[in-house]
Amino acid sequence: MALKLDFIIEGGNFSKAGKASSQIKKVLKQLDIDTKIIKSIVVAIYEAEVNVAAHAYSGKLTAGIGENEIEVVVADKGPGIEDISKAMEAGFSTASKEVREMGFGAGMGLPNIKKNTDEMKIESKVGEGTTLRFKCFY
Amino acid sequence: MKISEIIRHTEAKISAGNLTDDKNMEKAFSSDLMSDVLTLDEENILLISGLANVQLIRTAEMADISVVLLARNKKATPDMIELANENGLVILETPYSIYKASGVLYSNGLKEVY
Repeated sequence: MALKLDFIIEGGNFSKAGKASSQIKKVLKQLDIDTKIIKSIVVAIYEAEVNVAAHAYSGKLTAGIGENEIEVVVADKGPGIEDISKAMEAGFSTASKEVREMGFGAGMGLPNIKKNTDEMKIESKVGEGTTLRFKCFY
Repeated sequence: MKISEIIRHTEAKISAGNLTDDKNMEKAFSSDLMSDVLTLDEENILLISGLANVQLIRTAEMADISVVLLARNKKATPDMIELANENGLVILETPYSIYKASGVLYSNGLKEVY
């Protein structure tokens, strides 16, 4: 990996959600990467940030930017996901009313991350937290 | 449709950005659901919304949307304006409802995404 970037994501802090995706977008724009691919990557990262802000207590996002790919790992401390296959279903959400009022929580986040990435893996332990990994090739 | 025409058709005012680059927009999308906006494959569109929060501007930034129109007299907050300026986004405010703004712009040739 040529470049590694680390970010802390605060649970419940929506005004800061987007800081990681914004900074990563600026880095990717300096590389010679197709704008459509950059958009897919940053949309996936933003969705992941919003998920941590909406559901977890805290999280850490690490992006490894290589010559041909980006790998993102988002590990959070939080309630975890009871049923991952259910969470992957479009429209399924456990988000609060507050999150929905902000324009999220429609059960579209994880399916949209899958749509925008080439590889995606999610592991979760109830009561401990969730780790999401995804890769995009460019 | 140029941004200046969008402003004229919806009696809007600019609260962030300027018209030095009076971009030509082809399509528009109206939504308060940011999750839905994040699934769009189109860029260079106008986003019409009744939501006035910083998540709207973040969503626009990630979705490569450079112009947002706040409906029904919603005002851009200072943190929205700051984030818009940082990313070269234009924020417009119209007294029209989402329905009226969408209808007026559509009937004047601004196309739909879907």
